[in-house]
Amino acid sequence: MITIIDYGLGNVLAFANVYKRLNIATAVAKGPADLRAATKLILPGVGAFDHAMELLQRSGMRETLDEMVLSRSVPVLGVCVGMQILAARSEEGRLQGLGWVDGDVRKFDVASFRQRTHLPHMGWNDVKPVRSSALFAGLETDARFYFLHSYYFHCARREEVLAEADYGTTFSCAIEANRIYGVQFHPEKSHRYGVRLLKNFAEL
Amino acid sequence: MLRPRIIPCLLVRDKGLVKTVGFAEPKYVGDPINAVKIFNEKEVDELMVLDIDATARGHGPDYRMIENLAAESRMPLSYGGGVKTAEQAKTIIGLGIEKVAISSAAIENPGLVSEVAEAVGNQSVVVVLDVKAREPGVKYEVCTHNGRVRTGRSPADVAASLEKLGVGEIVVNSIDNDGRMRGYDLAAVRQVREATNVPLTVLGGAGSLKDIGELIRNFGVIGAAAGSLFVFKGVYRAVLINYPSAGDRDRVIRECLGAD
Repeated sequence: MITIIDYGLGNVLAFANVYKRLNIATAVAKGPADLRAATKLILPGVGAFDHAMELLQRSGMRETLDEMVLSRSVPVLGVCVGMQILAARSEEGRLQGLGWVDGDVRKFDVASFRQRTHLPHMGWNDVKPVRSSALFAGLETDARFYFLHSYYFHCARREEVLAEADYGTTFSCAIEANRIYGVQFHPEKSHRYGVRLLKNFAEL
Repeated sequence: MLRPRIIPCLLVRDKGLVKTVGFAEPKYVGDPINAVKIFNEKEVDELMVLDIDATARGHGPDYRMIENLAAESRMPLSYGGGVKTAEQAKTIIGLGIEKVAISSAAIENPGLVSEVAEAVGNQSVVVVLDVKAREPGVKYEVCTHNGRVRTGRSPADVAASLEKLGVGEIVVNSIDNDGRMRGYDLAAVRQVREATNVPLTVLGGAGSLKDIGELIRNFGVIGAAAGSLFVFKGVYRAVLINYPSAGDRDRVIRECLGAD
């Protein structure tokens, strides 16, 4: 069952509602025992990097998640800050991230921006898949998603980038490494584009 | 390409939705959850919900209502009303709201903006500036408590200091134009735009998609918010929740979006 990790951050109910409309069963995990039946994981998140890591540590689920994702290759989808904490570190915080995907989280360099509005990157932007992936099935030519962030995931390995977006610079907005997926945008708040992506994740 | 955001703004009072004119004469227009459901179907860019009772009557955010709204909404949501502490903001974000808006409290206690930014991240902190013209087109003043309290400060001045405090978005809300549907106060927006680089959303006065186009033509990528436009239809202001189609929005954006 798709299990949404509820560590006190991010829109757990919004994911559950999207899947409910698709007639796909989900569960919510608040502690390690709730993760037992999980065949796929969603790691939501909004807000600051350190706050997310603190809450995840406090939830008591960290060890079980490490084991599921790294040893048993249970697919996981990190969303927004849930994607960022897949990295080992972020310019936003001092705490260690999960370190599941090689890379680091960087702040946009506004000095290079030519537009008047700087940060955060807020609103609907085009997402361009850079290689074929089941996650973006049906979204190859027309995909737009809602973004709300000032930091982005810089992938250490180019081949792990799934899709890019432009905001002053081109950045990775979707990644995949060994069934560990991350998206910077909010599929749970991106209408039919997001519904499609979440359906794709369920069908992986 | 990042698109300008077209944002319905819903005002909540006594658990119902209302629409005001000049911050007064609240008219009941429906149920908040029902409105969210309709806006889901219309694939709205983003939604703003402001509880206009919370601060004026001195009570805090209605978490139960907020949680229900967040769960129902398939679009990003910003919530404002009665938020006075970073702890409240954290709770609201935890309920699944993307952005927390503060208004009076941010003016009275600027430190709160930094505290909230620290707690939930800059991107999720919105400050709503209720702006009144002292000399239309020239001189503006920020007011608080639904327009009843004058601060003596210009919106440009307040916006510049908010940016330093770490605000993620500023909403320029025109008290004079609220509910009039005669267009946005572009001069007020310009003063704020020149004072800050943070994302702006403009509220108050939009009467048609053309008014929204005019805002985009002047300011490029910006948030265009409206209340009356998306809840009333026709000269008799019959209540009908509406929103431009994707085709109409794309057309206006294409026509009006020049260099930001």
